[in-house]
Amino acid sequence: MREGKLKVNSDWNRDLKVKFTVQDPCQLVRKSLGDPIAEDLRFIVKTIVGEENFVDMAPNRSNNFCCGGGGGFLQSGLPEARRYYGRLKFEQIKATDADYCITPCHNCHSQIHDLKEYNQGKYETVHIWTIMCLAMGILGENERTYLGPDLVDVNPYPS
Amino acid sequence: MASEVIEIKKQAKSTFKEEVMKILPEGGNLNLCLTCGLCSSGCPATGLEDMDPRKFLRMASLGLDEEVLNSNWAWMCTMCQRCLIACPMKIDIPALVFNVRNRWPKETQPKNIRGSCDMAFKNETCSAMGASEEDFKFVVEDVLEEYQEAQLEFAEMQAPIDKQGAEFFLNQNSREPVTEPDEMVPLWKILDIVGADWTYGSKGWAAENYCLFVADNEMWEKNVRLKAKAVDDLGCKVWLNTE
Repeated sequence: MREGKLKVNSDWNRDLKVKFTVQDPCQLVRKSLGDPIAEDLRFIVKTIVGEENFVDMAPNRSNNFCCGGGGGFLQSGLPEARRYYGRLKFEQIKATDADYCITPCHNCHSQIHDLKEYNQGKYETVHIWTIMCLAMGILGENERTYLGPDLVDVNPYPS
Repeated sequence: MASEVIEIKKQAKSTFKEEVMKILPEGGNLNLCLTCGLCSSGCPATGLEDMDPRKFLRMASLGLDEEVLNSNWAWMCTMCQRCLIACPMKIDIPALVFNVRNRWPKETQPKNIRGSCDMAFKNETCSAMGASEEDFKFVVEDVLEEYQEAQLEFAEMQAPIDKQGAEFFLNQNSREPVTEPDEMVPLWKILDIVGADWTYGSKGWAAENYCLFVADNEMWEKNVRLKAKAVDDLGCKVWLNTE
């Protein structure tokens, strides 16, 4: 994006004003590349959804709370404990009032999606590539599984 | 959090904590606890199993090895390192937890994590879902063909497998090819648009490594080495693991 190879912007969301937050993956940020990659993540998200439509969770970046999907918790056969662990993450997402939580990590995606279903939350859980392709107008019908009713028909492709 | 007082019946000496300290850089600082509680106050696992990170470490320090080694809490801490970053003494409680997991006999470890670790070696793919080289190749080619035909801008898009000398070797979590293959496509499109020279590998294509979660040192290293060899054998410069 910085080299101009990916021409992507947030025009699609200028009037829609759909709000996004992002889960900083522990593995990517705190445990690997630190706050600089958290800044890269925000650069990408703000570019594709619009800076005014991005709301950070608190705490965030290296201080972010784990969602409870990591370390094998999703496969451990301890769903009650996992969802108790995740209640803080659910509350943090809820507090942003975001319509979507972008999860750059596979485990975060599964856990945050499950927390929404379990707690009957109102946010949707999406991979970053889904919103990037939506913004570029190249997201096909079958690539919209995780979009909510508000976005499922936005920027259809092929148009 | 108030909880029952633990009575120490005899003068115990921690052998477990000492053993873990021997293998960690700076002994994981496991003897430096000031009992401030910053770890526990920012830990989502606090309260589960009547446990928290500070208590876990204190119990290890007091030599309550049996209680520490048998606590199911070791599987409820995700080893996210939130406690470590908050700790003024940089005590590596997650490494203590990792080594507790390591001591659990294989047959008593959570069976789905253990099973996913072992399954990765059914083929040379590292797939925890047991997907083979042929399964992966079939799904990728099938999905690619479908999109090339349906979406004209992407008629020339590629999703190469075993492309010798490609710049990027891309791993793929098994969940997509096995359960929701369309989810692979947006990333392919992004790589296509930027003109990235990338490839999957028929061997070592699966991103996940559950052996790390059961703290099986021999097996998680084997998993990583299988993937690294696949990258090297294709002569790729950059290994992209999306996990």
